[in-house]
Amino acid sequence: MLKITDLHANINGKEILKGIDLEVRPGEVHAIMGPNGSGKSTLSAVLTGNPAYEVTRGSVEFYGKDLLALSPEDRSHEGLFLSFQYPVEIPGVSMVNFMRTAVNEQRKYRGLEPLSATDFLKLMREKREIVELDNKLASRSVNEGFSGGEKKRNEIFQMAMLEPRLSILDETDSGLDIDALRIVAGGVNKLKSEKNATIVITHYQRLLDYIAPDFVHVLYKGRIVKSGGPELALELEERGYDWIKKELGEI
Amino acid sequence: MKQDNPNEILNDVTANDYKYGFVTDIETDIIPNGLSEEIIRHISEKKGEPEWLLQFRLRAYDYWKTLEMPRWAHLTIPDIDYQAISYYAAPKTKVAPKSLDEVDPELRKTFDKLGISLEEQMKLSGIAVDAVMDSVSVRTTFREKLAELGVIFCSFSEAVKDYPDLVKRYLGSVVSYRDNFFAALNSAVFSDGSFVYIPKGVRCPMELSTYFRINAANTGQFERTLIVADDDSYVSYLEGCTAPMRDENQLHAAIVEIVVHDRAEVKYSTVQNWYPGDKEGKGGIYNFVTKRGMCKGDHSKLSWTQVETGSAITWKYPSCVLAGDHSVGEFYSVAVTNNYQQADTGTKMIHIGKNTRSTIVSKGISAGRSQNSYRGLVKVLPGAENARNFTQCDSLLLSSDCGAHTFPYMDIQNDSAIVEHEATTSKINEDQIFYCNQRGIPTEDAVGLIVNGYAKEVMNKLPMEFAVEAQKLLQISLEGSVG
Ligand SMILES: Nc1ncnc2c1ncn2[C@@H]1O[C@H](COP(=O)(O)OP(=O)(O)OP(=O)(O)O)[C@@H](O)[C@H]1O
Ligand SMILES: [Mg+2]
Repeated sequence: MLKITDLHANINGKEILKGIDLEVRPGEVHAIMGPNGSGKSTLSAVLTGNPAYEVTRGSVEFYGKDLLALSPEDRSHEGLFLSFQYPVEIPGVSMVNFMRTAVNEQRKYRGLEPLSATDFLKLMREKREIVELDNKLASRSVNEGFSGGEKKRNEIFQMAMLEPRLSILDETDSGLDIDALRIVAGGVNKLKSEKNATIVITHYQRLLDYIAPDFVHVLYKGRIVKSGGPELALELEERGYDWIKKELGEI
Repeated sequence: MKQDNPNEILNDVTANDYKYGFVTDIETDIIPNGLSEEIIRHISEKKGEPEWLLQFRLRAYDYWKTLEMPRWAHLTIPDIDYQAISYYAAPKTKVAPKSLDEVDPELRKTFDKLGISLEEQMKLSGIAVDAVMDSVSVRTTFREKLAELGVIFCSFSEAVKDYPDLVKRYLGSVVSYRDNFFAALNSAVFSDGSFVYIPKGVRCPMELSTYFRINAANTGQFERTLIVADDDSYVSYLEGCTAPMRDENQLHAAIVEIVVHDRAEVKYSTVQNWYPGDKEGKGGIYNFVTKRGMCKGDHSKLSWTQVETGSAITWKYPSCVLAGDHSVGEFYSVAVTNNYQQADTGTKMIHIGKNTRSTIVSKGISAGRSQNSYRGLVKVLPGAENARNFTQCDSLLLSSDCGAHTFPYMDIQNDSAIVEHEATTSKINEDQIFYCNQRGIPTEDAVGLIVNGYAKEVMNKLPMEFAVEAQKLLQISLEGSVG
């Protein structure tokens, strides 16, 4: 479904991604790990079309389409979802209004009629249960005054609402308490199917204990320097990144 | 055309002319261009007015001739040839249904997006409507029903005939014809408008609404609204306005006067959507309006809420004179300017009575190459013990070519006053837009959402029936403003 080839990207003229190659197929879970500042969030921003980033080289194919040629909203409509590392607050805009707009835009793109208010609220209720999101949060302004953990839970709630084909979860585990981690990861698992795929960006094995990856990649200085199976994550947990740097001849 | 069928009436008022940009093709009775004593006598005669009102007009005209157009606002106002305007236009026939096909396609597209119309909302809630087309009040609805309670809601001309004592007593008592250039002009040539009287102890059971429409070309609209709330009464009043798209500018110089007696409360809401001109700044309404309320009685309250999205130029400062002890004045405003629109708007809170309180919340939103100024005066007179004012004044910029300005004036003559002023200016947040985009919401809709969220504090003050419409208007008036 997703094929990234030799992807290079800049922010403010500074090159952050220096040639990424990655292929994701339906049903797979890929974990991306790597030290702070290695470019993980940059990769998710570039894939979702954040205009602050400039792609200088390479291509990304998503279900046969040139992803980079699509507007950010159409990437979303095509089924690409990002759970933000730092979800944004939008004061005065209710979650209900926000999600209703989002869901109906997606339906419009797919040639469907907008959902009626009743059907929409029913859908909200159903999806809230998947991540046990408090009704009080759902009736507040988008992320405004939400705690760190509440924001992350709210991201996965939105993912449930939009039913993406490919989800990128950027450090969704950070900020979640132990119980919340279990619930939110459980929610992600419930949403998993043969048809969709997940890219999990994380620093810790604890999330991967719940969301079992098929592949683990190490992103370092804008490149994927090592890929492997689930055991690679366990090894990183134990040994850190120095041995990889050594392999690269840096230390 | 039954007076008691609100649906039909609303359809009349709106299906015909609410789709904003087009011209209703009806026979109109227009007097020749120009302004002179003769013209004023002519208007007065046409309306069959009593001598005292003619004299009022002539005094105002004599005074107006001595005045110059005010230039102190942060506005670039082209010279206006007051002799090139017709001061009276009235539809000769009743308004006939009009096909939407004749509407400019771009405009149609725009208003298709409006979805639920204000009218549908009104139908649901049964609001009493007075529709003023060009200079003449077309129809006032629900009159009989209101009359049972002693509430008077009629056109200004009818009020002059039927309630001359009330009109005589209050006309010009809050906004004197000597107040300013446009007030003098209006006092000389005003043609119609609405009159409201709420008797002692009556809570008006429905929203009263006046719907203003300029239709004829080369005419000005000079309406007057007079609202009197007697002791212990309450009324919520809504005002809406639209005009066709025309290449030339048209002048709208209205006066709104409100008198609030002991313990009475008046809520006045405006959704101002006069034609703003095209993307290049051609055409549009010059909206030069004097609105003022007098909180005459103790414990009286006046609340202005305005959502301003229209007009090429807006010059407007709905104000409160807090004369009664413990009286309360409020001003909640959202002013949106896009393309080449200019707005200089704000309020005056004049504290005269003891323990008077005022609140000002202004949200300016500027896009394109527009100029948007807040201008407000908080004045505390020596006798106003313990006056309180809180002012919050925020500006949101959607482009780098627009201007946002704040001119807060304070004149505090009593040491016990507590006056607080907060102001912020910010650019629209790119991260918020991208967050919306990522959820599938295109930038224009994202801006609409974000701006509505920004203005929520004010939008919440609007009556429900207006809020939906106003939200959509905010969104539409900002289309094409980001990117
Ligand atoms: N606006 C910017 N200007 C310059 N450099 C930037 C800008 N934004 C990000 N960077 C840099 O890009 C690099 C990659 O950042 P990115 O957020 O992708 O890292 P990350 O791998 O997600 O890190 P973390 O694990 O801490 O979340 C960092 O060195 C960061 O400082
Ligand atoms: Mg990151």
